[in-house]
Amino acid sequence: MSEELLKVENLEVQFKSGSAITKAVNGVSFTLNRRENIGIVGESGSGKSVTATSLLRLIPSPPGKISGGAIHFDGKDLLKLSEKEMKSIRGNEISMIFQDPLTSLNPVFTVGDQIIESIKTHQKVSKKEAKKKAIEMLKLVGIPAPEKRINMYPHEFSGGMRQRVMIAIALSCNPKLLIADEPTTALDVTVQAQILDLMKRLQDEFNTAIIMITHDLGVVWELCDKVLVMYAGNVVEYGTVKEIYDQPKHPYTWGLLDSQITESVSEDQPLTTIPGSPPDLRQEITGCPFAARCAYAQDVCFTNKPKMTEVGENHYAACHFQTKENRLDRKEKTAHDRAIVTS
Amino acid sequence: MGKYIVGRILNMIPTLLIVAIIVFLITRLLPGNPAAVMLGPQASAADIKALTEELGLNQPLYIQFVDYIGNLLQGDLGNSLTYNKPVIDLILERFPNTVILAVCALIISIVIGVPAGIIAARKQNSIFDYLFTTFSLIGVSMPIFWLGIMLVLFFSVNLGWFPATGMGSMEAGAGDFFSHLILPSIALATIPTAQFARITRSSMLEVISQDYVKTARSKGLSEFIVICKHAFKNALTPLLTVLGLQVSSMLGGAVLTETIFSWPGIGLLIIDAIGKRDFVVVQNMVIFIALIYVVVNLVVDILYKVVNPRIKYSSNKGGS
Amino acid sequence: MSTGQQGIVLEQTQVKTKNEHSLFRKLIRNRFAAFGLFVILLLILTAIFAPVIATYPPNKMNVTKSLLGIGVEGHILGTDNYGRDIFSRLVYGARISMLVGIGAVLFGAVVGTLLGVISGYFGGKWDSIIMRFMDGLSAFPFILLAITLMSVLGQGLVNVIIAIGVGNIPGFARVVRGQVLSVKHSEYIEVTRSLGAKHSRIIFHHVLPNSFAPLIVYATMSIAGAIISEASLSFLGLGVQPPTASWGSMLQDGKDFLVLNPHMATIPGLAILITVVGINLFGDGLRDALDPKMKA
Repeated sequence: MSEELLKVENLEVQFKSGSAITKAVNGVSFTLNRRENIGIVGESGSGKSVTATSLLRLIPSPPGKISGGAIHFDGKDLLKLSEKEMKSIRGNEISMIFQDPLTSLNPVFTVGDQIIESIKTHQKVSKKEAKKKAIEMLKLVGIPAPEKRINMYPHEFSGGMRQRVMIAIALSCNPKLLIADEPTTALDVTVQAQILDLMKRLQDEFNTAIIMITHDLGVVWELCDKVLVMYAGNVVEYGTVKEIYDQPKHPYTWGLLDSQITESVSEDQPLTTIPGSPPDLRQEITGCPFAARCAYAQDVCFTNKPKMTEVGENHYAACHFQTKENRLDRKEKTAHDRAIVTS
Repeated sequence: MGKYIVGRILNMIPTLLIVAIIVFLITRLLPGNPAAVMLGPQASAADIKALTEELGLNQPLYIQFVDYIGNLLQGDLGNSLTYNKPVIDLILERFPNTVILAVCALIISIVIGVPAGIIAARKQNSIFDYLFTTFSLIGVSMPIFWLGIMLVLFFSVNLGWFPATGMGSMEAGAGDFFSHLILPSIALATIPTAQFARITRSSMLEVISQDYVKTARSKGLSEFIVICKHAFKNALTPLLTVLGLQVSSMLGGAVLTETIFSWPGIGLLIIDAIGKRDFVVVQNMVIFIALIYVVVNLVVDILYKVVNPRIKYSSNKGGS
Repeated sequence: MSTGQQGIVLEQTQVKTKNEHSLFRKLIRNRFAAFGLFVILLLILTAIFAPVIATYPPNKMNVTKSLLGIGVEGHILGTDNYGRDIFSRLVYGARISMLVGIGAVLFGAVVGTLLGVISGYFGGKWDSIIMRFMDGLSAFPFILLAITLMSVLGQGLVNVIIAIGVGNIPGFARVVRGQVLSVKHSEYIEVTRSLGAKHSRIIFHHVLPNSFAPLIVYATMSIAGAIISEASLSFLGLGVQPPTASWGSMLQDGKDFLVLNPHMATIPGLAILITVVGINLFGDGLRDALDPKMKA
């Protein structure tokens, strides 16, 4: 059994609306080993959720379409599988949990039914065994009195509890990979920490690899081994958490770091935002997608698209000025940046 | 749940009382002496006087009302002079025929309307969807008495496939029974089919984009289960509302359908009784139909709770 | 009135015309709604100019020329069993459809709005009595209520309008009551009330204008129902007094001549169908244009 679980190569996803084509994901590549965690970060619309959803081939089609690349998962190319083969992977080998636990559970079925359904779909077990397994799963994700709560409907659970149920459903078939699409964003801060702790604990128990989609770098530092920074459908930086935490290279990553709420934020050092807004993905972008918002951009950035280049050990960035030979020094925050934030 | 049902049944009583008051008021709107109208212009003064007394029409209005409500509560719907029978016997005789027709039409409308709506929602903006939208619009706009006539013209007069009027009997064979049933059922089913289809489509469209449908797909369920189990059960609530309304309009539509096809149900009986000016029959049949409507809506309300666990049981909701 | 206030009033009117303008544009851009509007306008014009359009007097019988086919002897759509010109009767029938459609809905709207306002605005005992009564009225299938009323009132145009109008009352009462309730507790009404405005002023200047959008959509759809109901009543012989031409009574006449002269029954039915489809299309478009979130 090879250590490598997932290898995504040059993934491209497009959405068509009328005559306009939106390149939501434009050449994303990364690898993930067994029991490893990768964080995909970026602001909304950067293509991180689309990337994750396309791994399960669940892009609504039409209008969406995986237009290029390959997804190798556990020795299979997912893009070449039949829909039937794909179904046996979904919820079984790859599971997914979503952002809003309030809406991602079906309100008209009991939580028990929803877990049992997942088990029965992929395993040849009796209803009774499946129910036993479901109760076990609920206990495992920390739901008190699971024998009783299994017959309750989602609206009888709190947000955090519902996310625990989602995790129970996702892990009920021992998946090799769990995709978590902003699983804590919709939750209270205290509950967020509990859910993250739970995921870490269950990962040890189930030996699952996790793809964590988030805009919260704090979650990434805490949970992940690797990180993929996405901007406007492109990967701008990719490497181990250790490397990127210590030495972030891409100006967009710097911007992301500056805009995070951290303990060190003080009154006289206000939060920064990245000026401007992401480009319109319906238009062909020549050059670096971040150029228009980048404080370091030069002429070349608007004409040539930078390639992913190795900038450190297992660390890649797509910036003309960040290579092994070249180095860009991070500027101090300028008065200009601050003015934008405070205005 | 039991408490809720009892509450709802108690809630029916004032509505039914008002129904009875409305019908009482309408029949008393009749200009002149109802007895004279019922007996027609040739009746003798003595006959009119006798009937007036028999119907209690010589009493003050409030006594008439109290008697009338009292009789209703005892289940005494009075006697028909023109049919020489208690009204209750007429109902027992005719109502099953209407039920056969209505149930058949309801089955047709659900079996065709609901799947068509689901498919149209799944294939939004396709050619099927456009055809669907056109046909369902024509369906809801259909004057069913005209449709009935056209069905007779086409299938009975021109093609000779089905009999134009009357009801078959099982003794004459199932073929006879169903060949009589088919045209009136289609006529009566047209509007509900289109309504079910439209509501199914719009509520499925709303549900299909919900997160829990995405969850269901991510669990590896087949598309059929995702749509017909996870999505459809959530789309049921608006469908049930329409079901309640459709049963009411089908009871109304039955009057027209039965008239066209001479189907011996309560609709034909009412029109017949109006022609014979038998107001005892008309008045009580109308109350009976309103009762059916109220009961059907009670059942629909209870089904609501079964389908939608989020609705809390409470008995202080308004009437039908 | 000071000039400042005038300025504000002017501004409001401008905003309003702009809104109405874009509403009309929206309707026209929606091809289906535009078709619906076309059908409705055509019908209204036909109803108004019926004497000009009709080629024969609608009730003139000529037994020697009965049951003529389409286009025979100058009868555009042929003649019926009494030799009456079908085209002319169709044209005059539009009058009855329009009169009953608009009249009955107006009747229901006026009475229903009144009851809905009382119910919603004053609440309490009045609310429960009125709404109970509305529940009772809607427990009758719409057409059955009209049939029962007609059987007592007797044939005639005004009676048809009343009989169908009564069935329209509960719907309007509910729509208006709901609107009143939602507007009543909004902040600006509370402010108006705290400034000492009278009930009538609040109702006529604030509550009703705010109910306009849902009411107009509901009324449009109800007209379609009223037209079908009139045709049904006339078809059953419980509508307008013969020999007045109504699409329903023409159908009733045609029913007995299906073999000899099928178009006698086909044509008035098509007229009803096209009218109702047109009104429904327009109503759908109106609903989408006024408030995309509103659902049928």
